[in-house]
Amino acid sequence: MATVDVLTVSPPAASRRRAPRWWRAARAIRHSTTASIGVAIVLVWVALALLAPLLAPYAPNSPDLLALAHTTPSRAHWLGTDHLGRDLVSRILWGARPVLIIAPLAVLGATILGSLLGLAAGYKRGWIDLIVTRACDIVLSFPVIILYMIILAHFGSSAWNIIAVLTLTKAPIIARIVRGLTLQLREREYVAAAKMRGESSLYIMLVEILPNARGPLIVDMCLRTGYNIIIIGVLGFLGIGLPPPDPDWGGMVKDTYGMMMVWPHMALFPCAAISSLVVGFNLLAVGLRELGWRD
Amino acid sequence: MARFAVKHLVFLLLTLSIVSFLVFTLNEFSPGAVARKELGAYATQDQVDALTKKLGLDRPLLVRYVEYMGKVAVGDLGVSARYKAPVRTVIVKHLANTALLAALAFACIVPLSMLLGISAGMRESSRLDRAILLFSTVMASIPEFALGVFLVSVFVVWLGWLPGTATLVAGGGWSVGAQLVLPVAVIVLFDAGYVVSMIRASMVEVMQRPYIRTAVLKGMPFRRVVVRHAVRNAMISPITVILLQINYLVAGVVVVETVFAYPGFGRMMLEAALFKDIALIEAGALVAVGLAVVTNILGDVAYMILDPRIRA
Repeated sequence: MATVDVLTVSPPAASRRRAPRWWRAARAIRHSTTASIGVAIVLVWVALALLAPLLAPYAPNSPDLLALAHTTPSRAHWLGTDHLGRDLVSRILWGARPVLIIAPLAVLGATILGSLLGLAAGYKRGWIDLIVTRACDIVLSFPVIILYMIILAHFGSSAWNIIAVLTLTKAPIIARIVRGLTLQLREREYVAAAKMRGESSLYIMLVEILPNARGPLIVDMCLRTGYNIIIIGVLGFLGIGLPPPDPDWGGMVKDTYGMMMVWPHMALFPCAAISSLVVGFNLLAVGLRELGWRD
Repeated sequence: MARFAVKHLVFLLLTLSIVSFLVFTLNEFSPGAVARKELGAYATQDQVDALTKKLGLDRPLLVRYVEYMGKVAVGDLGVSARYKAPVRTVIVKHLANTALLAALAFACIVPLSMLLGISAGMRESSRLDRAILLFSTVMASIPEFALGVFLVSVFVVWLGWLPGTATLVAGGGWSVGAQLVLPVAVIVLFDAGYVVSMIRASMVEVMQRPYIRTAVLKGMPFRRVVVRHAVRNAMISPITVILLQINYLVAGVVVVETVFAYPGFGRMMLEAALFKDIALIEAGALVAVGLAVVTNILGDVAYMILDPRIRA
């Protein structure tokens, strides 16, 4: 919160020449080693995912039947191939794409839905508050993994269905955080001033309250992205994730896990990929917290 | 106290009925679904219709739901299509297996994360603190199946010290005890990471309180300050988190159970969901939610016992 206060009191002349606010916030990350390492890991994966068509030495779904004789890492296949002779480097690179699209989209969805619910509950109070908090309690008391199994097994699994369940199950947590912050922020002078000016409650919630709750929200979004990546991997591992044959890290582990005794590399490399990406997001969250983006 | 009990009981019943209604609707909304499941994909539509009529499945959803809940209330959960046995027997058997796994893991998680969390939080930003924080962050970042794969490749594939499956049937030269080591280790490492960071955060906060400074300034040895003054207060807020882990340990360990082919509750639910074993899904969801709400209540009770200020 300290950074926000400094920014608001800085004279207008100085702020015109300064870099945009988000750029200065991004530059502040280098003050924390933890956050810097986290950002570096995440950026490397984003770059690899973006450049997958250029970097991947083979098509991700095409089997190399000759390689099946030696599936272990070799000069032709740096990380070896899977049980169908598909190049692991290519599959891991392409597999970064769905994860890096679905996880942030679901976080965004959950943050929007959760913020709206939390703002409404915390600002309006009364029966809205009661219904929202009770509904959140009910969703949160449900063991989510069982919920995913029931819903995805019933409706079938697709990227959109995964985004939908992740949004619905993660929104209550955000709603709780935002509601707590709103309860504090609604008593501030600037909210009272906005009320005096005759602003609508929607304006007050979105323009006066929400921007001041963003520090904890951003830390939470990093953590939430990491968890979502874990869940996407878990769904793939359980066989209710993204449909084959396109590469999906969790699904790659599921397909080759049974061959651990013979070819452990087939399951190990995708596991290392997903673990490193989640570590990146979580280090970023820990670092941001160190920098004072408290939650 | 009576108000507390009534309030929680009402919430328990409300949650159970809402969740069971949603799951019931999801599974049995279309009238033919249950009969179609029973008869298989090759049955003719006439046969499906006949069975639907015979079982009374063509009546309104709400009527069937009330009837179902009536049966549940007297303990009749139906028959599992997947396991060809009464749902109650199937659930009890798998739940008992998972309870064994959960109890072992819980017995490791609590002391381990208390030790790490307290020693990290007692001196914020010390080298020990940073090391433990890094360790717990990394551990909580690795998905359970990946942790399982890593541990299996070291201890099973490479060293050959432990078995890679835990079917609870002694065989292949491995005792049941040896089978349990890796599943428990995966759960403990994954879950402790989270609990450690919770305890650490609470400990850091407590160590900044005035009464800790007073104790230090009056010359009390640091160890005594930590053990006597800080720990009890630092454990108040994590106790809810710790108790909520019971919930995760019973219903959330489906991944670990799948990795090690462990015959537990989570894997039973996964199979039920994939097989569309409607009776088992509905009853299993009820059990899972009931358990979750009960652990929530336990958390509240523990909170009140530890913190006299909110007992009023």
